[in-house]
Amino acid sequence: MNNVVIIGIGQVPVGEHWEKTLANLSTTAIRSALQDAGDPQPEIVYIGNFLASSISHQANLGALVCEAAGLNGVEGTTVEAGEASGAAALHMGYLAVRSGMADCVLVVGVEKITDMIGAEVETYIAQSGDYDYEGMQGITPNAMAGLFMQRYLTHYQAPRDAFAVFPVTAHHNALSNPLAMYQREVDLEAYRKAHAVQAMLKLHDMPSYADGAAALVLVNEKLVKPGQKAVGVSACEIATDTLAVHDRADMLAFEAVRISTEDALRKAGITRDCLDLFECWDAPSIYGMLSFEAAGFAERGKGWQVATPVALALDGRLPIASLGGIKARGFAPGAAGVYQVVDAVMQLRGEAGQNQITDAHTAMTQALSGAADSAITTILRTL
Amino acid sequence: MEVPRNWRLQKQRLALVGEICPHCQAKIFPARDVCPQCGGEAKTAFKFSGKGEVYSFTTMYSVPSGFEQNAPYTVALVKLEEGPIITAQLTDVGEREVKIGTPVEMVTRRIRQDGDERGMLIYGYKFRPVGLGPH
Repeated sequence: MNNVVIIGIGQVPVGEHWEKTLANLSTTAIRSALQDAGDPQPEIVYIGNFLASSISHQANLGALVCEAAGLNGVEGTTVEAGEASGAAALHMGYLAVRSGMADCVLVVGVEKITDMIGAEVETYIAQSGDYDYEGMQGITPNAMAGLFMQRYLTHYQAPRDAFAVFPVTAHHNALSNPLAMYQREVDLEAYRKAHAVQAMLKLHDMPSYADGAAALVLVNEKLVKPGQKAVGVSACEIATDTLAVHDRADMLAFEAVRISTEDALRKAGITRDCLDLFECWDAPSIYGMLSFEAAGFAERGKGWQVATPVALALDGRLPIASLGGIKARGFAPGAAGVYQVVDAVMQLRGEAGQNQITDAHTAMTQALSGAADSAITTILRTL
Repeated sequence: MEVPRNWRLQKQRLALVGEICPHCQAKIFPARDVCPQCGGEAKTAFKFSGKGEVYSFTTMYSVPSGFEQNAPYTVALVKLEEGPIITAQLTDVGEREVKIGTPVEMVTRRIRQDGDERGMLIYGYKFRPVGLGPH
């Protein structure tokens, strides 16, 4: 099997890009990643996307995205795993290069949310849950996060501020990232005072949905040229849980996160102590907490005692959301898993500017779909 | 319009019909092809009592299309007496305080409208706190 490395990254800042099409976004990210990689010719393009077929009424993104980027004729297909679609596209790219089927693969995550506004958007973003038995009851991803938070608070007798550490950390780190959607501080006081999105959740417990695209160029390590900035992909593992949350024996367990984390660590041949940063699924905040526990960084129900602002800061034991995470970068669902990897690559290349984590050699990123119905964990390393 | 889908799901939605596994006796809702407990084939119908308690809940203000008329509403995970947990809206709550553990029972209510004002009305289960009397 071949070693897989990332030699190019590209991104469009997440935002409300009213004037841009889905193809404008993907093209910008792709061309930027290819240029960063020294303009190789990709043999395959994997496109992570969740909502184009409903919100933009556009399927068949393989043809659309390749043509728009000037890659007509190249193999291209969509990979879908709800909000984790971008990470799923990376998984496919990883398989293709690792197996020797291709030497150069382009992975792009793209989401165009603002083609539609209003209640219909809520309907479509709920598609990553079980339509017949969750969506039909009028439940949305936000409401589902609220059910988790209520259960967590009651079951573990945790304080309501337990989850603040995720948005507070993400916003603090975004202050010095010019590409983040929200470059402003949200302190504990602002977190507490924010309006309620629903009974359980306040504004800063939830991600802000917006448009975006991010891309990666993956190659066989043998093709890396001397002096080229390359970051190794040690593992990229997908695990699934029940689609409907009510079908889980223990809803606070986030089994998909546990399994994909353990698989990824084992395949990478490392332990949790080796990780210099964790680009976790920091929003909704309750999912940040449940992921932190399920990934084995804290005992169950005690994540809020371990995940302190000091521990998760850039100079802490395990930095998260190092460039703003999902919360402060803005949330482009099908692209989010690729943005996480772009951020981790910047850290491992030493290009994170004021947000640089000292001696960062090993990073873990983790994308979730729905309420952790799928979890995709990727481990990256310096060469 | 999703007439075939709503027709297919009517037993589950209106009568809370699930399954009992012929191999391990697990009570299953909703019905499925493979028993989640033992992995055997599941196909024996079982009607649930509709009694249970609140396992978690939250009140929604921002709701999907087709549900606007009911907003705000409270959604819950309800743990049925027979074991399974299901997701449903709470109804007829009034001024009562809902908590984890509040006993509830199934009632049939309009869930949403499929399509425009001439669209099909879809009925299904919601849950109300017990002891409220008939409606």
